Amino acid sequence: MLEVEELSHAYRRPGPNVLEDVTLIVGDGELVSIVGRSGCGKSTLLRAIAGLIRPTSGQIRLDGTPVDGTPDNLAMVFQDYSRTLLPWLSVRDNVALPLRGNGMCRRARRAAAVEALEAVLLADAARQYPWQLSGGMQQRVSIARALAYQPTLLLMDEPFGSVDAQTREDLEDLLLSVRANRGMTILLVTHDIDESVYVGDRVVVLGHSPGRVIGDLAVDLPRQRDQITTRELPEFIHLRGRVGRLIRATTR
Amino acid sequence: MLVLLLIGEFFGRAGLVDQSYLPPSSTVLAHAGSLLTDGEFLRDVAFTLGGWSSGLFIAIVIAVPAGVLLGSLPVVDSAARVLVEFLRPIPAVALVPLVLLVISDQGEMERTLAAYAAIWPILINTIYGAGEVDPLARDMARCFGLSPAAILLRVWLPSVAPFVTTGVRLASSVALIVTISTELISGGGGNGLGQFIFDASGNPAGSADVFAAVVVTGGLGLVIDVLLRYVERRAFRWHFERLGVAG
Repeated sequence: MLEVEELSHAYRRPGPNVLEDVTLIVGDGELVSIVGRSGCGKSTLLRAIAGLIRPTSGQIRLDGTPVDGTPDNLAMVFQDYSRTLLPWLSVRDNVALPLRGNGMCRRARRAAAVEALEAVLLADAARQYPWQLSGGMQQRVSIARALAYQPTLLLMDEPFGSVDAQTREDLEDLLLSVRANRGMTILLVTHDIDESVYVGDRVVVLGHSPGRVIGDLAVDLPRQRDQITTRELPEFIHLRGRVGRLIRATTR
Repeated sequence: MLVLLLIGEFFGRAGLVDQSYLPPSSTVLAHAGSLLTDGEFLRDVAFTLGGWSSGLFIAIVIAVPAGVLLGSLPVVDSAARVLVEFLRPIPAVALVPLVLLVISDQGEMERTLAAYAAIWPILINTIYGAGEVDPLARDMARCFGLSPAAILLRVWLPSVAPFVTTGVRLASSVALIVTISTELISGGGGNGLGQFIFDASGNPAGSADVFAAVVVTGGLGLVIDVLLRYVERRAFRWHFERLGVAG
């Protein structure tokens, strides 16, 4: 269980708070979408949970233990995926890189990497280099890297922001199937309202400067989702309308 | 290249200038070829290469850690930059008289000056490369639980390596120039290619020797450059492919 308690953060002090009194509890196995305008502190929240920044105040606990530094069993998929894939390593070695700390031998690491690449349908590209792949494929590699690591908590920072619409739908469905198979806790940050509803069990809406939780909506849609039929459901349309109004209200 | 050779050949043969001043290209090349089998000349070449390589090595040992330090710590960088920018434009050759006062051994003097000249391209490139290490790549590594040592080894060093290599390649030609220049102006009686040229230039019949030695020197520089370029392209294919430079 992930608990975020009255988290505030300012990048400069004295300066405006990017996040203010954010409180959030995410249960094991939940997929929570965090949605808000750009600049509302979504990424800051993820970076704080990942231990990459030390928040100004508040506390983050993972299974009851306060987060200090990067927690074990946490993986992150970055928005700017191409910059996080190391160009001097093959796709397979990129995916295998985080497994070094697990005390696995080289062969076991590579096997685990290939298995993760199979899950994102990229086993054929294992020996290629990231820069030889398209943007969507690179993002799948970075998802595979996170999967191979077998985290209990997966953070995704606008992971599908810069791929084309079709690839984006494929990746959303990939995420849902991964979740169904591996049962990890997932926090997905997005600025896309439809996406937040489509993949989420819950949608948390962050307000704008300072970022605080202004809505926490349960997504009452069948677990099995479909890109076309789910989006036609009245509940889906109703929910995306509610999220949209909450976000629109943040600037009025 | 060919045109130059032909012009040289033409001038030499046409009798416009005395052949003992400007021997035709073919004579120069043939002479260069025969020099390469001359043991004494080869000893000079080896001496020069020794000074060059040890100077370059010293420069690498000093400049790479210094560059990594300067490039990764902005505070140190701005403090040291003034010193770097002051020292860098001083031509190494201008320091010959100074170094002559302190160091009498010719080899040691060469090493010192070559190292001095070679430090700058390596330092500048390393600083630049260290600044280019992507902070997001480091964040990724931290997220996935890599230790600071592992981040240094697996993210930092590979990012900086192509810049260091480019610096070393640039420095190697600078070091060669300085080594030979030092030999040229440090007076007669010593060893090395520069000394060979110096001695031959004082000899009325030495112009073929001078030209041939110059050709060998140029060839040396070319071979070293081509070799290092090849190594660079092979080892850092990812770097150049990403920059969009044909490999």
